[in-house]
Amino acid sequence: MDLTTVWFLLIAVLWAGYFLLEGFDFGVGILLPFVGRDDRSRRLAINTIGPVWDGNEVWLLVAGGATFAAFPEWYATLFSGFFLPLLIILVALIVRGLAFEYRGKRDGAAWKKRWDTAIFVCSLIPAILWGVAFGNILRGVPIDANHEYAGGFVNLLNPYALLGGLTTLVLFTLHGAVFLALKTDGPMREQAGQIAETTALVAVPVAAGFLAWTGFAHADGWGIALSALAAIALVTAIPLTRARREGWAFTATAATLLLAVAALFVTLFPDVMPSTLDPAFSLTVHNASSTPYTLRVMTWVAVFFTPIVLLYQGWTYWVFRKRLTLGDIPA
Amino acid sequence: MDSLDLSRWQFGITTVYHFIFVPITIGLSALVAGLQTAWVRTGKEHYLRATKFWGKLFLINFAIGVVTGIVQEFQFGMNWSNYSRFVGDIFGAPLAMEGLLAFFLESTFLGLWIFGWDRLPKRLHLATIWTASIGTMLSAYFILAANSWMQHPVGWRMGDGRAELTSIGAVLTQKTTLVTVPHTLTACFLTAGALLLAVSAWHLRKGNQEEVFRPSLRLGAWVVLIAGAGVLITGDVQARVMTEQQPMKMAAAEALYRNTESASFSVFTIGSLDGKEEVWSVRIPSLLSFMATGSPSGEVEGINDVQAQYEQQYGEGDYTPIVPVTYWSFRLMIGFGGLAMLVALAALWFNRGERRARSRWLWIAGIGTVAMPLLANSFGWIFTEMGRQPWTVFGLFKTSESGSPSVSTGEAATGLIVLTVLYGILAVIEVGLFLKYARAGAPDIPVENEADDRPLAFAY
Ligand code: HDD
Ligand code: HEM
Ligand code: HEM
Repeated sequence: MDLTTVWFLLIAVLWAGYFLLEGFDFGVGILLPFVGRDDRSRRLAINTIGPVWDGNEVWLLVAGGATFAAFPEWYATLFSGFFLPLLIILVALIVRGLAFEYRGKRDGAAWKKRWDTAIFVCSLIPAILWGVAFGNILRGVPIDANHEYAGGFVNLLNPYALLGGLTTLVLFTLHGAVFLALKTDGPMREQAGQIAETTALVAVPVAAGFLAWTGFAHADGWGIALSALAAIALVTAIPLTRARREGWAFTATAATLLLAVAALFVTLFPDVMPSTLDPAFSLTVHNASSTPYTLRVMTWVAVFFTPIVLLYQGWTYWVFRKRLTLGDIPA
Repeated sequence: MDSLDLSRWQFGITTVYHFIFVPITIGLSALVAGLQTAWVRTGKEHYLRATKFWGKLFLINFAIGVVTGIVQEFQFGMNWSNYSRFVGDIFGAPLAMEGLLAFFLESTFLGLWIFGWDRLPKRLHLATIWTASIGTMLSAYFILAANSWMQHPVGWRMGDGRAELTSIGAVLTQKTTLVTVPHTLTACFLTAGALLLAVSAWHLRKGNQEEVFRPSLRLGAWVVLIAGAGVLITGDVQARVMTEQQPMKMAAAEALYRNTESASFSVFTIGSLDGKEEVWSVRIPSLLSFMATGSPSGEVEGINDVQAQYEQQYGEGDYTPIVPVTYWSFRLMIGFGGLAMLVALAALWFNRGERRARSRWLWIAGIGTVAMPLLANSFGWIFTEMGRQPWTVFGLFKTSESGSPSVSTGEAATGLIVLTVLYGILAVIEVGLFLKYARAGAPDIPVENEADDRPLAFAY
């Protein structure tokens, strides 16, 4: 396989990992106002992701760094072209990260309430905007002959991309609800399970609609097959949440996210950012990539270190595998 | 102001801000790990209390270091797309390695450390903070390798309109990287040592918790002195490397206009600020020659001579950085670092044995040390980066070509304003929390309870 293809796949893997992991911690953040009626239960919810959210976010940073290293043209066009949405995402991630770390560091209801609102809003916004961004990448944006983005902000707000945003929002919310049900016991487990049930019913039509639209617009055999699998995985989540088989339900929502990201990237290939002005202006894995030497170096680095990272991150989840209950949270 | 100027302001502000917290993270994580090691080894309770106390301050600081780092990772693409296209083949590699090798380590193992107090066996738990600490240093190494390449490009060739990597080994092990990393890391330890010293001085002045803060004061002062010696030695080596690679920067550091043998170093100059006319100055004979060449009689190139040489080499243009900025930032870097060391020395001397310093001013100076290395670090970076101007990649690529053509002035202004205001607010919150926990003093540790299903050690 060509190294540019390998790196295209690796970047897909990084985004898939990011959506899989930060997907549920965005979801927990979005559900915070609904599952936590008092401070203790909110802390219970936050503590389910406490030890892991920062490690999850690093998947995004590495996806960004890897794109810079392997496809500098893509990194440059995408990040400068989507300037304002990315700025909003940055602000949200900054405030959200601090909210987790700082909310418990002062007493006082007002202080905590402000940070709780921040966790909700700053989880909600990126959960939507990532979908919007990927919708636009797939749909294509105006890119000129110099590989510069030539549209404005409003250009990014088209129905297809907005549906993409709605899709990531409901999928992350569902994924987060299932995660909460999996990681807690007692009333929170029951409540999260109920929310998961309802969210699943909304998620199916929304996600299916988005994937179907993608399939029709860019008919691509493999893409459609993967989309169909993603849809099936999502549908199986419904009975599993009903039956409160949380482990399996989580597997199903995780599979949904992984398959959906796979479908998007497969559909995109070999473009990385199609141009709507002229297909000749599109960024592809070939014209956006680094030199074979750099790709080879980075491949060795990735081959050695990715398994190590997976091992120790996996170990973290093992260490914190126990379900939490209100009893674990000191008053 | 156009989009480029705004992006420059944004980069300078966000990066200097990021680097206020970075050195504390790097230095303090190792010191906390050291204190925890002392506790695991000796079982003495005051070590555990010190670990918890400094660990808390470390975490408050770390959080803000992490979130401001995200901006750093993104803004190359957002505001500097031409730069990213030009150098991505080379520059992206250390950045990606930093993420994969360092950020995952830091964030994952710190999560384990925070939440693992009663989940992990003692020694394993100790290993998590050491691992996180190693992660912070690895992170420094990779990002500094990337930055060193901008100061002194190696292992590359000119490709089709961009620089292409020919040797990753050269980039990761070049002289510039090898001198910048120890200088920066020792400066980080100096910073963390000063923090220990300052907070301990504050408590000791009030007579609080002597058993925790007296050892902390000593530790902090020793760290300042030892790391400070390291900073001076590495800085000296770095100055020579820099003179060889970027003679203009050294000339601008002294506002030296003509080639000079046995050049003196001015500690302080009063005159027209652009350095062209000197009214009065305090000078140390031959010191500049010594710093730049290693010999007191060596010749140091002057700004005018280097400028003429660069015009021949690179074509018409202004190759001189803003001289007052380089002149003063270089001095302030050295000065503030030196000042912190003097205070540390005094603190050790007047508190030796069972003695206790009596001078109110010394205690106040002790508390003030916290700010000195922070200033020195910022001025060091301002010197390094501004002294490289007009280049982003020295000799290869100019700052004026580096911006993002597709980012409008309005967008760039929005970015600058939003981030500056947000960072301002965060600074207020952070300092507030930091002071709160610093004032609270070391916690009393309850009797250990080994039961398995104990509540989590709460961070949130
Ligand atoms: C000498 C050290 C040093 C320097 C020059 C920089 N950083 Fe930094 N950075 C660190 C040392 C560090 C650190 C010690 O590893 C941090 C600080 C606090 C922290 O949490 O980790 C960090 C955090 C940090 C993070 C968050 C990591 C996480 O989530 O764990 C990112 C993405 C960056 N940095 C990126 C950058 C970029 C792109 C820089 C260049 C412009 C930069 N940093 C300069
Ligand atoms: C953390 C320490 C750093 C600080 C405090 C710092 C500070 C600065 C400052 C003050 C400027 C000058 C802005 C101007 O002249 O307009 C600048 C420019 C720049 N620096 Fe750094 N820098 C740091 C590290 C880095 C690193 C590690 C890199 C690359 C990996 C880097 C890349 C750049 C770039 C691309 C510019 C933009 C060009 C420019 O505006 O001059 N800097 N930085
Ligand atoms: C005699 C004392 C010192 C000397 C001779 C010295 C020398 C230097 C030189 C030459 C540079 C610029 C390197 C370049 O642009 O290529 C530099 C940068 C820097 N200095 Fe110093 N320095 C001294 C003290 C300090 C102190 C006390 C601190 C902080 C506590 C400090 C922190 C820094 C930092 C953070 C940088 C930017 C990073 C880097 O380029 O290494 N320095 N120093």
